[in-house]
Amino acid sequence: MNIKSLALSTALAALATASVADVKVGMITTLSGGGASLGIDTRDGFMLAINAAGRDDIEVVIEDDQRKPDVAVQLADKMIQSEKVDVLTGIVWSNLAMAVVPSATAQGLFYLSTNAAPAQLAGRGCNANYFSVSYQNDNLHEGAGAYATQEGFKNTFIMAPNYPAGKDSLTGFKRFYEGELSGEIYTKLGQTDYAAEIAQIRASGADSVFFFLPGGMGISFLKQYADSGVDLPLVGPAFSFDQGILQAVGDAALGVKNSSTWSKDLDNAANAAFVSAFEEAYGRLPSIYAAQGYDTANLLLSAMDKADVNDDAAFGAALKEADFASVRGSFNFATNNHPIQNVYVREVIKEGDVFTNKIVSTAMENRDNAYVADCKM
Amino acid sequence: MTLSLVFEQILNGLQSGIMLFLMAAGLTLIFGVMGLINLAHGSLYMVGAFCAAAMAGWTGSFALGLVAALAGAAAAGALIELVVIRRLYARDHLDQVLATFALILIFSEGTRWVFGSFPLYLDVPEALSGPVSLPGGISYPLYRLAIIGVGLAVAAGLFWLIGQTRVGVRIRAGENDREMIAALGVDIDRLYTFVFALGAALAGLAGALVGAIQSVQVGMGEPVLILAFVVIVIGGIGSIKGALVGALLVGLTETLGSVFLPVFFKLFMAPAAATQAGASLSSMAIYILMAGVLVWKPSGLFGSRG
Repeated sequence: MNIKSLALSTALAALATASVADVKVGMITTLSGGGASLGIDTRDGFMLAINAAGRDDIEVVIEDDQRKPDVAVQLADKMIQSEKVDVLTGIVWSNLAMAVVPSATAQGLFYLSTNAAPAQLAGRGCNANYFSVSYQNDNLHEGAGAYATQEGFKNTFIMAPNYPAGKDSLTGFKRFYEGELSGEIYTKLGQTDYAAEIAQIRASGADSVFFFLPGGMGISFLKQYADSGVDLPLVGPAFSFDQGILQAVGDAALGVKNSSTWSKDLDNAANAAFVSAFEEAYGRLPSIYAAQGYDTANLLLSAMDKADVNDDAAFGAALKEADFASVRGSFNFATNNHPIQNVYVREVIKEGDVFTNKIVSTAMENRDNAYVADCKM
Repeated sequence: MTLSLVFEQILNGLQSGIMLFLMAAGLTLIFGVMGLINLAHGSLYMVGAFCAAAMAGWTGSFALGLVAALAGAAAAGALIELVVIRRLYARDHLDQVLATFALILIFSEGTRWVFGSFPLYLDVPEALSGPVSLPGGISYPLYRLAIIGVGLAVAAGLFWLIGQTRVGVRIRAGENDREMIAALGVDIDRLYTFVFALGAALAGLAGALVGAIQSVQVGMGEPVLILAFVVIVIGGIGSIKGALVGALLVGLTETLGSVFLPVFFKLFMAPAAATQAGASLSSMAIYILMAGVLVWKPSGLFGSRG
């Protein structure tokens, strides 16, 4: 009996030691369909850091959510129940994050967001096991608003798709924009023809335009805007000016200002190493999604050095220290586990044959987010 | 709200209607002649846009891009007709929907496999870029005017083809009674392949023309496909004339609705709420239009089937 229980406890102890070292990560991201380029960059950035670390105590399972909330929920259940992952990450879209994150953190898993960071998860719905490594969704829009104020725009026309993130975008912009609005419109989600909106902009007497149109919507708008003869200054969040998108927009994007927390010319050693390693590994320039994926992986690795993933409190504290070299330079977590970081203004330029961004100014320094006070952890 | 803005918005509505017509014409022909519901029609639109972008990127010529779009989409259409669609004519509509939905997935992933998952670059040709001044002080993009012109020309060509030529007679005959026309010695298989390729080429042309001012990316065809279905239901399934009228109605309703409904709501609501209500109602407007037409004419404006 004694020997039996001794053997059992030794085996258990051995099991426990094994699990101290090993972290299993489930990455749910969009690898097919219209938004695939974002998920692919997230995955590639994340795996670049994991592979560079060369550790054998971390395992990553990657699955494609097809940009569908129901698929994302199924994948999360599968990863939690049969794969027994410790950490989930990778979701690009806020509606998918809302479907997965609250139940995952309620089951005691850690969720590290590589992109989506809706207000609901930053305020009252915050959780000690949920960290946004990217930003809070409003941040880039706030940066654009701050930039518009700094530039002295007095009469901006603002426009976003009619869905929750679109409304958050205009709210975020208005939070730091001090001028008047010459017009405010919500377009259809997925709309590709903006002739009607451009005619309204032309007729509105605006002195500038703020727009949030991610993905293909932004490509369509920029091309049509450039062809319309309206030449008011454009400002937008980085989503419409991403490395993958710019090549499809071409000359139409040149000179447009956009707000971002990251840029490939950001001057710090971690970023220089990241950009060159990414180019070498994948043969293309990284996007903000790749940068956020890379930072997320490095944050996770830094916490693994300090604490056991099974000890929620210790691992959470280790994550919160943010003791890693972010490609965004200075990076800390606010009390609601969202970043405190700079928001920059970039301009679209052409380097040789490649369209890309360069930083022209800093819109906001050490910006946290509007929901810190609502979060009671 | 000036008169010239209203006029400009009407032009925008016409232009989007004309593009919808190119999509809807093929869809309605294929349904009318073969009784086939082709969900993969949006994929052919995408194929056209990708062929145009690839060819224009390679040669630098937009005109060659258009030729490639027509040829590529027609070839893709003929190929899927021969390999897949042909087996579906005798099946019921559920089987057709399932099979053509599978084709959407195959085309989407196949396109990603060949071209990658980033959007492609396709721009308006130099000669047609920039705005022109119209009477009344309106400045309007030349390319959009050109699209309206091309669309009207294609519509005229289609009416001529269906109404005046021998092929058109066969298409109309096939629509009315396919067994009888087969019994009269017409090679119905070849006719079907031809009609399918023609519909595909029209979709491909629309994809290429629109691709120059929108984004050429995987999945670009499906939103247009839904609108095209609304068009053919409004116009009456199988009728080219119905497709034209339906497309213009949908294009105008959508464009004018999104502009003027918020303005209308602002007359008696707070601006923020009016913007919201206007945007919501305008995205429903075409479906309300469709419901209204169906109540009034259950088989569509020009439909012949009960």
